[in-house]
Amino acid sequence: MTRMILQRLAGALPNIVGVVIVTFLLTRALPGDPAAYFAGPSATQEAIEQVRVQLGLDKSLALQFGLYLKDLARGDLGNSLSTGQPVLAEIRARLPASLELTLCGLVFALAIAVPLGVLAATRPGSWVDHLCRVLATAGVSLPTFFTGLLLAYVFYFLLGIAPSPLGRVDVAYSPPATVTGLYLVDSLLAGDLELFWMCAKQLALPSITLGLFVMAPLMRMTRASMLGVLSADFIRTARASGLPRLQVLYAYAFRNALLPIVTTLGMVFSFLLGSNVLVEKVFAWPGIGSYVIEALVASDYAPVQGFVLTMALLYVALNLVIDILYGVIDPRVGVQG
Amino acid sequence: MNAASANSTLRHIRYVATENPVTLAAFALFTGFVLLALFGPWIAPYDPLASNTAQSLKPPSAQHWFGTDSLGRDILSRIIVAARLDFGIAVSAVAASFAIGAALGSLAGFYGGWADRIIGRIADTIMAFPLFVLAMGIVAALGNTVFNIILATAIINLPFYIRVARAEVNVRRNAGYVEAARLAGNSDLRTLAVHVFPNVLPPMMVQISLNMGWAILNAAGLSFIGLGVRPPQAEWGIMVAEGATYIISGEWWIALFPGAVLMLAVFTFNLLGDGLRDIMDPRTRT
Repeated sequence: MTRMILQRLAGALPNIVGVVIVTFLLTRALPGDPAAYFAGPSATQEAIEQVRVQLGLDKSLALQFGLYLKDLARGDLGNSLSTGQPVLAEIRARLPASLELTLCGLVFALAIAVPLGVLAATRPGSWVDHLCRVLATAGVSLPTFFTGLLLAYVFYFLLGIAPSPLGRVDVAYSPPATVTGLYLVDSLLAGDLELFWMCAKQLALPSITLGLFVMAPLMRMTRASMLGVLSADFIRTARASGLPRLQVLYAYAFRNALLPIVTTLGMVFSFLLGSNVLVEKVFAWPGIGSYVIEALVASDYAPVQGFVLTMALLYVALNLVIDILYGVIDPRVGVQG
Repeated sequence: MNAASANSTLRHIRYVATENPVTLAAFALFTGFVLLALFGPWIAPYDPLASNTAQSLKPPSAQHWFGTDSLGRDILSRIIVAARLDFGIAVSAVAASFAIGAALGSLAGFYGGWADRIIGRIADTIMAFPLFVLAMGIVAALGNTVFNIILATAIINLPFYIRVARAEVNVRRNAGYVEAARLAGNSDLRTLAVHVFPNVLPPMMVQISLNMGWAILNAAGLSFIGLGVRPPQAEWGIMVAEGATYIISGEWWIALFPGAVLMLAVFTFNLLGDGLRDIMDPRTRT
């Protein structure tokens, strides 16, 4: 097991190297003079030269890359121009909000997509199957920012069920004491059920918005994978042996259908992390997505770069976890290594 | 293609269309969108940029079918005119990914070895990013222009084309007809371009139509967060963003109509992609 994990880690290394090189090149690809850019629009020639030396832009590209790596190793992602704060600190403070949203979106999508996919696979050609197909195609066609607005309009403005779509917690409440940074977990740890309920209500619409977008690939893959497994010989044997229907479906078929579903999770995370930014903007969610949008508006480049790097490393890490999950779900994968 | 096989293809297309009326409807919608993109400026009832503060924030009415925005601009006209920009971005981005991806993927699949490893590494590196985030990074770094939106969308779509082309060329590179073409004295590149590549086109076409919807979504998403297209230019994503602040106070029409049209356009492409896949390769039907 340890050996497999180490092997996977080594396999992820080239991706990490690639990500770091690309993010480095992206800063150096800034149009015009990066020094003038970082010094701000009202900087004098002298100030620009000073910034150039300070950023190491007067050195060769290879040397600059070395310095960039050194900064990264120290966890230095630069400072934000507009707030003056270190980018890493801001990202670290805001990351839990984004993670909570992403995870809840994923859980919602899985909770709907997997049962529907299984249902569709057990009755191919039925109305459930057709409904799933239409839902799946409609789901990937939804611009997340538009679904979010629509949900906010219907559930907040028209029906008044949802709280106002602004932030993680109602202004009347103060956030729970920070332990994990995930408000749902923290409020439970503090034993404050009322606060938990408030946070859950605040989370509901953004999570559903995110979940709707990634439901489609999950549902499709569940259906296709279950269809394949259900026609296998061992399922026929299990059925012929008179095992209960649900046991055949879940203990035998679903466990074997799980591998392709886990594979799609990689792509699903790519969608989730990307549309997270849009959903955060719609719901004024104080995660790293809205941080980067504020920075984009202010032409503040260091946060954008830090954000792209963080997201990419997070994504590589998630893919690594998925790879390791493989071995847990299907021991055969681990043996071949 | 001779007459008999053209005939059978037509029959197959007719079969798919009648078998699946949804595909037919998608094709009709697609034609409608193309017409809007081509003739939009002549169809639009009002000037999409002309503001009229006396008429601002008016709900849908007989004069303004989709209402007016905060500057009193006619939303219907803006939606119609925006079709050309949105389609233009998506078509150019997908065309660029197709051209570059097909070339790189074919080379990788045909030659294998080092070319394959380097090109595969490029694709893997792009895929190591959450794709929308990479697009944001590219547009933010290269500058806030429509051209850079096209470039970013093309780059994030590239790996899909590389992979399809590579896989399809790879299984064919030692096929009998390829050997025959080689023995007949064709150079490698000529064999690849004239004998192998035409056979790779059908699966690539399916990839294109599946990608178009996604490309439009991406471009609209980028302008929604303020990258690329700038106001006052009409674009569906920006129009939704402009309406976002009003939806909470009940002015729903400003964001709803452009958002719905954007959704319909993406939906059309996705249905069309599914239909096209049924025509090209009935086995992969899901």
